[in-house]
Amino acid sequence: MTNAILTGLMLGGMYALIAMGLTLQYGVARIMNLSYGEFLIAAAFASHWLFTGWAISPFVGLTLVVPAAFLLNFAIYKLLLTPLVRRAPNRDALEVDSILATFGLTFVIQGSMLALFGGAYYSYSFLAFPVQFLGETVAANRLAALGITILLGLVLYLALTRTRAGTAVRAVAVDPFAAQLVAINVPQASALTFALGGALVAAAGVLVSTFLTFSASSGVVFTMKALIVVVMGGVGNMLGCLVAGLALGLSESLVASYVDPGLTLAVNFALFLTVLLVKPAGLFGRATR
Amino acid sequence: MTARTAGLGVLTLVALVLLAFVPRLGNPYYLALAISLLQYTVLATAWGMFSGPTRYVSLATTAFFGVGAYTVAVLGEILPWPLVLLIAAALGAFVAAIVGLSTLRLSGVYFVIFTFGLTELIRQLVVWFEVNKSRVLGRYVFVDITQADIYWQLLALAAAVFLLGWLIARSRLGFALRVIGEDETVAKHCGIDTTFAKVALFTISATVMTLVGAIMAPRWTYIEPSIAFNSMISFQVLIMALLGGAHRLWGPVLGAVPLTLLFELLSARFPNTFTIILGCIFLLIVYMLPRGVAGLIEKLAAAPGGKTTGRVAA
Repeated sequence: MTNAILTGLMLGGMYALIAMGLTLQYGVARIMNLSYGEFLIAAAFASHWLFTGWAISPFVGLTLVVPAAFLLNFAIYKLLLTPLVRRAPNRDALEVDSILATFGLTFVIQGSMLALFGGAYYSYSFLAFPVQFLGETVAANRLAALGITILLGLVLYLALTRTRAGTAVRAVAVDPFAAQLVAINVPQASALTFALGGALVAAAGVLVSTFLTFSASSGVVFTMKALIVVVMGGVGNMLGCLVAGLALGLSESLVASYVDPGLTLAVNFALFLTVLLVKPAGLFGRATR
Repeated sequence: MTARTAGLGVLTLVALVLLAFVPRLGNPYYLALAISLLQYTVLATAWGMFSGPTRYVSLATTAFFGVGAYTVAVLGEILPWPLVLLIAAALGAFVAAIVGLSTLRLSGVYFVIFTFGLTELIRQLVVWFEVNKSRVLGRYVFVDITQADIYWQLLALAAAVFLLGWLIARSRLGFALRVIGEDETVAKHCGIDTTFAKVALFTISATVMTLVGAIMAPRWTYIEPSIAFNSMISFQVLIMALLGGAHRLWGPVLGAVPLTLLFELLSARFPNTFTIILGCIFLLIVYMLPRGVAGLIEKLAAAPGGKTTGRVAA
């Protein structure tokens, strides 16, 4: 039982980390990014390449991959998504357009990775030794990933609540029109937040690659999980993200150990639907309509 | 107006009769191509029937297609063919009604997310059932259906879909859906039962998709979940309907025909970069043709030089 719960907590922490970037992108920039998982896999491949080709530890790799991802996502927002933002008459139209555009982007990225790396599964051995933790044996790489996740989450939380820029970002999330009235550069804030979300998913990709096998086509699974966590937790809500991620991880791990490992996705959806039917705005979301 | 409608009706009938002779040409390649064209035409039109007026983007085409195909794989040898089709349709309608009732009350984005994963969910459930209960993964389909039979059935289904779409557009339901597409809150205040309208149309559209899957199933002799629930179909249908223009009944055909031919060509010539090309085409359509070919035609027709507005033909 302890083992199942511990596995669930670690899995949940990973889901929360993966979903953090998406909740920023969707909550602030209003871009429902369906190519989110592809960015995660791209970062995982980058980390794999740095580690096996150049013997660069993933922790050092983070400092290379994350800024690169920030710049790349900033460029994507400016070049690809700004035209859609300008074209959209309202938020709903932008959501549909952004879903379609990022959906197309999914294929471009996935196809490029398939062409580069083929359809095979990749993994590498990093910190792959067992350690004792709370009386259970766990892999050191998972524990390290969990530690960095907590650190990242904490830094992000403090940045959003304690700094001027963070306050501006939260203001845009609440009401972009009113934010403009208090002299916040909304397009700039949206672009930077989108890029920040991209940087977070890259960090998640690097961490995930240290303990999971991945392939060019496994991005969709991560997109799904991230979307479910974001919607369950309430869009744009960091605490909701954490709680929903943990709930998802725990339920998955418990069902896998006590019912059937083949039914984890069914559990995800059951949880997702139940939350939405009871609280349409998510666990911590504000009811807007 | 009535003369025009009658003229269109006669034209459609003539076209149907001519199309019915395609298998008689005796060229298996053209027959196979014609089947693909009809398959995507019906799927894209069915997709547009629901997503066009309501503007709810559904990514669940494959889920229903797969349910149809799997019904045939399980029951095809045991029961007579018409009964199998009937059961497939009923099953598709049942799944669609459940999905619709539980998700269509939610806002559009949540619906996209749910349908995005629905295919994967149903596939996992089928795999789980086959592995744990029936102890087989993958089934052989031995039914006495020729390629020509598949073609004629699809043609009949296509005719039925267009007739159905035409009737719905003229009914109260069609009007209700257009109001929902314009503004759902307004629709509610007008006393329209938005949930009923959406679920009804979603079910109709999904039943058609399920039937396509069932009719297409005998094309493979061996079916397993990864074949029946190949999510590529959802994506391709979505692109086709968007290119054609989902806000008109005849719009999706304008996308389905050229794209089926293009995909046929590309997947044969560039199997490795097919996905990248697919994505680029998708992006081009979203940026260049937000209202599809049908929207472009209407715009040209409504331009100062044109005479008609193109509204009549819906």
